[in-house]
Amino acid sequence: MEGEGRGYLLRVLDTVVIGGGPAGLAAAIKSCEYGLSTLLIEVNDRLGGIPLQCIHPGFGIHYFKEDLTGTEFIERLIRRFMDLGINYLLRAYVRDIVIKSHDLKVVKVISPKGTYELLTRTVIYAAGARERHIHEIGVVGDRPAGIYTAGEVQAMMDIYGLLPGREAVIIGSGDVGLIVARRLALEGVKVVAVIELMPWPGGLTRNVIQCLRDFNIPLLLSHVVTKVHGRKRVEGVTVARVGNDLRPIEGSEEFIRCDTVIIAAGLVPNTDLLERIGVLIDPRTRGPVVNELLETTIPGIFVAGNALVINDLVDNVVEQGELAALGARVFIENDGIPTTEWVRVKCGSNVRLVVPQLVSGERDVKLYLRVLKPLTNARVRIGGVGVVSYVPKAMPAEMTVINLRRGSLPKELKELVVEVVSE
Amino acid sequence: MLVSKYVVVIIGAGIVGASIARVLSMYENLSVYVIEREADVGWGVSKANTAILHPGHEEDPSKHPLRARLCVEGNRLWRSWVKELDIPSKFPGELMLFFSEDEGRRARDYLRLAKLNGVPEVRIIDSPEEVKLLEPNVSKDVLGCVWAATAGQINPIQAVIALIENSVDNGVKLLTETAVRDIKVEDGVIKGVVTNRGFLRANIVINAAGLHADEVSRLVGINEFTIRPRRGVYYVFDPNAEPKVRRILHPVPTPISKGVYVVTTTEGNLMIGPSAKDLPMDHKERTETTYEELNYVWREASRLVSKLPPKSLIIRTFAGLRPEPSTGDFIIKAYSNPWGFINVAGMRSPGLTAAPAIAYYVRDLLRDELGLRLRRKSTWIRFRVGIKRVRDMSWSEVRDAVTKNTLYGWIVCRDEVVSAAEVIEAVRRILRIGARVTLDGIKFRTWSMMGRCQGNFCRLRIIKLVSDYLGIEPTEVSKSGLGSEYVIGDIKKLWRERGGGTY
Amino acid sequence: MSSVRRIKVTCIICPIGCEITVTIKDGEVISVEGAKCLRGRKYAITEVREPKRVVISVIKCVGGDPPTVSVKTSGPVPKDRIWDVMRLLARTEVKAPVEVGDVIIKDVLGLGVDIVATRSCRKS
Repeated sequence: MEGEGRGYLLRVLDTVVIGGGPAGLAAAIKSCEYGLSTLLIEVNDRLGGIPLQCIHPGFGIHYFKEDLTGTEFIERLIRRFMDLGINYLLRAYVRDIVIKSHDLKVVKVISPKGTYELLTRTVIYAAGARERHIHEIGVVGDRPAGIYTAGEVQAMMDIYGLLPGREAVIIGSGDVGLIVARRLALEGVKVVAVIELMPWPGGLTRNVIQCLRDFNIPLLLSHVVTKVHGRKRVEGVTVARVGNDLRPIEGSEEFIRCDTVIIAAGLVPNTDLLERIGVLIDPRTRGPVVNELLETTIPGIFVAGNALVINDLVDNVVEQGELAALGARVFIENDGIPTTEWVRVKCGSNVRLVVPQLVSGERDVKLYLRVLKPLTNARVRIGGVGVVSYVPKAMPAEMTVINLRRGSLPKELKELVVEVVSE
Repeated sequence: MLVSKYVVVIIGAGIVGASIARVLSMYENLSVYVIEREADVGWGVSKANTAILHPGHEEDPSKHPLRARLCVEGNRLWRSWVKELDIPSKFPGELMLFFSEDEGRRARDYLRLAKLNGVPEVRIIDSPEEVKLLEPNVSKDVLGCVWAATAGQINPIQAVIALIENSVDNGVKLLTETAVRDIKVEDGVIKGVVTNRGFLRANIVINAAGLHADEVSRLVGINEFTIRPRRGVYYVFDPNAEPKVRRILHPVPTPISKGVYVVTTTEGNLMIGPSAKDLPMDHKERTETTYEELNYVWREASRLVSKLPPKSLIIRTFAGLRPEPSTGDFIIKAYSNPWGFINVAGMRSPGLTAAPAIAYYVRDLLRDELGLRLRRKSTWIRFRVGIKRVRDMSWSEVRDAVTKNTLYGWIVCRDEVVSAAEVIEAVRRILRIGARVTLDGIKFRTWSMMGRCQGNFCRLRIIKLVSDYLGIEPTEVSKSGLGSEYVIGDIKKLWRERGGGTY
Repeated sequence: MSSVRRIKVTCIICPIGCEITVTIKDGEVISVEGAKCLRGRKYAITEVREPKRVVISVIKCVGGDPPTVSVKTSGPVPKDRIWDVMRLLARTEVKAPVEVGDVIIKDVLGLGVDIVATRSCRKS
């Protein structure tokens, strides 16, 4: 119950879950199923997170064996959460986490109902990601009204029922950008162009077809927006072609008229709180370094979902949430994760990032990785182990998931170099 | 001429206009108006500068006597003003770094100026080790510096807001979205100001119109100066980005500019800039950033410190225009023809620092040049308190704030820890001074939307909160006034307009 | 003289995105090449004969929090009818409360599919 039965204030909880999106809900559900005393903290005024604004299908194909919209998917997850009667706080913000000892953390929460200092053995951090904005991607020029990020536009349209503008240019052709392009087109907005830095689309072919081709929206590959123009409101953008070095080619600049600029240039894990308490961050994922139970470098603090690494499938996000809950359980039952020897997982040829970064070989592990460049007929190879998986079409837009059986790692291996190569 | 109450119209609600308003509000026989063409205050030069309170040792009194004198005085006055008005500020001191013998020689000359201007606590440090003690992040190539202990920093937009709030509390009337079209003069005497919203009768017109001060001055036939925009661009970094700097760092100035600064702002962000690009006269709205200028700032700033944070931790780039007067020095003058017209123009650096001193100087002009008998109010409100921020509160202070007002417990901006109570309070204060409620106005008062996400996570929530509170549609909330609406309408607006698809 | 057409279709059913070639003679499909599975074959044939898409949007939810309900067509509709569906949705409103799965419009425009709610909307 929300806020009722405030017994959680008087005793030490087993786990506090930060974030009520799919990762946090899944973690809390699993944690409760394990019999751990659980409290979930959500900063918004309702549970659900980003899927609440994802009205398109593609969710739950693995988890529920159905092709659901994000909204339908999260509704089911919320229903399960509510049925279990797990305690939660809404409009609650975690101001700080204080590490008192190996198995005691104080989570300081601010909410309209008051401030709380929650005592807990473990924390599962599932606060999601944030979107990269215009200054981060190096676009210069004016700073008028009419510049948004894709997720912002998605919430604006599909939760609040509002329209950003009439003529839009979208920066970035990842799936989020493509899906927003379709929504805009369906509501009568002219999507003038989608601008993509790389020579290939950022998102899945299926989305390029259904979102751009279906609506005759031009996709400008190997292009960048260099400047935004407009005093009070966006009046247009300057785009330029880029060379192999991904830098603008002088003389190739063109002006595109529009009143709306939407940045779909990717997500970054939302790790501010973790950084402040000293968790080690992986510069490749921009999320925390974790072991195979998704525990960070601070014992008893676990991470799951987009706060750990940017995911594409909500099914993987849910899986990570459940794994983090398992990690919390193992931590509590053994007074700490009982593994003593960890092997570093490293990015080899054509691997941009991989999670977890530390494995032991004592448990079954799922490796989540992303390739640098698309590759067909790809093999995932681990140095010292061999080929562990065949991927017909490996793409940066789609996370590759590898299952490693417990005991499959040779004892003497000091590090795991993962690469994705062709035959 | 015996007048019971003089009507004073100040043109421009920037740092100078607002400071003048505060000082003039002390007098009971002055009826003071501030007219501002934007929807809110401080949106010209005042919101986009390096925000330094200069000590005054960089001003040559033989070349720019007003700048020199008013800078030193202003630096001193700000120390009490920031306390009285609850303005974020700090006084970490400044290092003018030099990297060669030649630069060192030029730097030493500033000691002479310090003496001439009566600037305390300025000395040369010519051992790199001692410089490093003052600033651990200084470049290893540094030879020495001129250390000036009285240098400070301020939050300039919040300073303008505080000054205007205090002025309004003391009876000053602010008219926003009010632009000057003409100034009426009859028989060589000021009669009033013609604006886009009608005629405003006035005995005294004080021209503090920043970049457009020369155009306003021309309206009364005074053409003795022109104002040219000089653009400077800046980078602002994420609050967690390291390494930061402890002090204000900058190189030895050139005749054109004081150089690129590296500072940690009052809000705790590392900031570098400005560049100095002179623009044509008709470029007074050209606040766009360019790659060329940004690259210049990056290069110059890199010289001063051991390292800058990675570019991935940049959260904002922006540009500000400085109003460079053709005369070089400030133009602060009362004229006998037309009688009642006062120019306060050319407020380039150290305009921000000098503002309180300029205000008193203008008061003196009214009294001594124009012969006004000024009577002090017995009930002048000296103090103004800013919006209480959850971010700055201790844990028990937060608990108490939430108990009194649950909206303090609802954090709407995650990155900067801004509560709904602060947003509502910002809305109230905007309305109280007579400005239009805008996202930028809320942003500057609460520092929401200024963090890592730059608003893309909290803007919608804030708009919903504000439109619910005011009982208006979300479509009526704009970024910075008319023409900058955040949304164009509800999601079916275009379908209703066109009734058909476009493909 | 028979007319033989070869049409290339990129399958959207799964991430592989097979490039499928459908050969049509006298209006009849005579071969489908390049599909790795049955669903892909079926999709390619439909896409060539009569391309269809599921339509997703939101409609106003009067008295609701949030003030919209997300909707979808319960099955795909012909591509050239998408705009008719959208035009109708622009005029469609519901009253809170709404539950996931509620049928908003039965057999929309006689196309054999319903408009169903995909998000619940409680009274504000």
